[in-house]
Amino acid sequence: MSPAESAHFPRWHFFNQTTGVMSWLTTLDHKRIALMYFGAVVSALILGGLLALGIRLELFNPEPSLVDAQTYNRLFTLHGMVMVFLFMVPAIPAVFGNFFLPMMLGAKDVAFPRLNLASFYIYVTGALFTLWAIVHGGVDTGWTFYVPYSTTSVVAVAPVMLGIFIVGLSSILTGLNFIVTTHTLRAPGLNWGRLPLFVWNLYGTSIISVLATPVIGIVALLVAAEIIFGFGLFDPARGGDPVLFQHLFWFYSHPVVYVMVLPAMGVVSEVFATFCRRQIFGYKMLAVATLGIALVGFFVWGHHLFVAGQSTFDAGIFGVLSMLVGVFTAIKVFNWVMTLYKGAVDFTVPFALACFFLYFLIFGGMTGIALAVISLDVHWHDTYYVVAHFHFVMVGSVMMAFLAAVHYWFPKMFGRMYSERVALSAVAFIFIGFNLTFVPQFLLGNMGMPRRYHQYLPMFQSLNVASTMGAFILGLGMFLSLFALLWALKWGAVAGDNPFHSRGYEWNTASPPVQHNFHTPQVIVDGPHNYEGPPAAQPTAKVAHGVE
Amino acid sequence: MASNEAAAVELTAHADHFVDAAHERRAAQFGMWLFLANEILLFGPLFTAFALYRYLYRDTFAYLSAVHLDWKLGTVNTVVLLVSSFTVVVAGWAARCRRSIWVGHALIATIVLAGGFLVVKYFEYTHKFHEGLLPGKYFTLDLAHDVALHMESLREMGLNPAQMRIGPGASMFFALYFLITGLHGLHVVIGMGVLGWMAVRAYRGEFAVRNDTPVELSGLYWHLVDLIWIFVYPTLYLL
Repeated sequence: MSPAESAHFPRWHFFNQTTGVMSWLTTLDHKRIALMYFGAVVSALILGGLLALGIRLELFNPEPSLVDAQTYNRLFTLHGMVMVFLFMVPAIPAVFGNFFLPMMLGAKDVAFPRLNLASFYIYVTGALFTLWAIVHGGVDTGWTFYVPYSTTSVVAVAPVMLGIFIVGLSSILTGLNFIVTTHTLRAPGLNWGRLPLFVWNLYGTSIISVLATPVIGIVALLVAAEIIFGFGLFDPARGGDPVLFQHLFWFYSHPVVYVMVLPAMGVVSEVFATFCRRQIFGYKMLAVATLGIALVGFFVWGHHLFVAGQSTFDAGIFGVLSMLVGVFTAIKVFNWVMTLYKGAVDFTVPFALACFFLYFLIFGGMTGIALAVISLDVHWHDTYYVVAHFHFVMVGSVMMAFLAAVHYWFPKMFGRMYSERVALSAVAFIFIGFNLTFVPQFLLGNMGMPRRYHQYLPMFQSLNVASTMGAFILGLGMFLSLFALLWALKWGAVAGDNPFHSRGYEWNTASPPVQHNFHTPQVIVDGPHNYEGPPAAQPTAKVAHGVE
Repeated sequence: MASNEAAAVELTAHADHFVDAAHERRAAQFGMWLFLANEILLFGPLFTAFALYRYLYRDTFAYLSAVHLDWKLGTVNTVVLLVSSFTVVVAGWAARCRRSIWVGHALIATIVLAGGFLVVKYFEYTHKFHEGLLPGKYFTLDLAHDVALHMESLREMGLNPAQMRIGPGASMFFALYFLITGLHGLHVVIGMGVLGWMAVRAYRGEFAVRNDTPVELSGLYWHLVDLIWIFVYPTLYLL
């Protein structure tokens, strides 16, 4: 879609209303904080991605080639921790949630702007500290830091635990801010039945952040206490139970998967509504399913302990509860597909990415259902099947949604349009590369290749070579996408206020928006994405833009 | 009067993105309640761990709690914290009445009580350090000898040591004791800091001319610190 002919770049917007480095570092504007988060999480993504390429290069050959076993262990630990704690958890909520939650509510800012800035700095502090601690300590426990290995390993795990605690605090504060914002700062007329689905999903995410993150925080501190003082809480020699650690760890770390996936689902709901030119089919069911996933997500952690000595009875209950997540997810998938049916589909980059999201969610999700069957899980446990499963459902779908969000909201955030053709070819590389990386890993896992080893049997080589090639195609696509967007930042065509003719509330202002988001106070008279009839009067008259 | 007008302006002051001061106050209260929910989940794993090990090492835990934790000191501390909750309510009430000085007085009373709580805890801790009642590898008490010493008092409590399996999990009891009371104590110290800051603002007269939200929110936090102790006390001292 090309921007409107008469598109103009507004004279005043949140980038130039105040200037100077300090105006950014001390800003309380949620949009600027969002952009600072953007820079931070993309840096984490690049770092984590390069580490992944390193891992795949090592696995090109069955025998040790590039790095030794110890370095390999450190590589995948760093990759996992960076991607999970520093990229995936904050990616969509902290960047796009921060930027668009207030705009979707017709508000001027989040409820606690100073807390918002504080949580950014806590994130940066925690992230840098964690990175330093992992690299300096040579931590090789994997991102799950299971006891007793993490408490008996000679490497310095304790500082990493502190880093995770700090990063967790940041996500608690962001979640708290979002919940209060959603409750208290909705524009007149914006009742709960009119909330955009992205807001519903951020709400579900935030509940999980606030209620689950303190648990990982205290668990990390307990592990640190165990290492430093030898309290013996998880040490069988002192009467402790290592399985207790696993329970507590997954009480957070399973729900946190939904901290990653729910915002992704929110993005995709917005994208499908915009490019099918209709409100999402079954809006209410999607909202209910969002809260359903957030709730049920708290009661499925035991499916990570099927082979950890959990009773068969418990395992059965956790298995069935895990499948309930599949039911709620299926409700969402059917509703998105029904939205496509007879929608006036506009095949843009974000739309393509949303379709890719569906693909990864369905196949990642289905393999998850298979893994929730205890007898099958015993076979697949700790194999590449599990690796491929969670990369499909967590990384595949969340990455597609993250990119969909970037491409959907880029013109709104920066007022410029990227090259549709370059962006589309980049995401095609990403999609093909991702499949080529992880489909072989499903097969490898099923053949019995265990995860987290730096060498493997020669019989697995051909599929590993395919996987490594896929990873490089994926990496190529990511960098192509990055360059297309960076190019557009400076030289892209002026997008105009609403190049996609979306009727989401956040488009109801200039691109890029002004400091307090809207030129006039917002009053909501209809649900989001109502494409019936003429567009609601845009309150952004040219006068307000200050066009020169 | 000019000062009255200034006071009125202060009272209705609010951040730009809120409709009015009451709106901002509602948001702040809600945010605090969410933070408190998060705090409860922070303590959750410690209580979970206690439940598990209390179940696994029932007799040891019962013995150590009965013999080596002084329920009288625990009760005194419970009363001290409950009274401090009352004084914090007085502070909130005074803030609503715009009696800033009285807010300060009530908060100082609260801080003194919190200090008293910590003093009692200090004596409990040093006693345990002295006896080697410590977590993990630092646990040095000769348990068999200890049981023999306390045979008489156990009988008085209606317990028969011969039928009890005292021994395994002894260091675990004190690991949990120090973790739970330590984390709670840390919250007490943070609370004293927050209330102290409020007291300084109160003595400057701030709460005569502005709304009482900060006092109310610090009070809410203090009530939570108290409430968690209400669960810590029976769990450790009485079970």
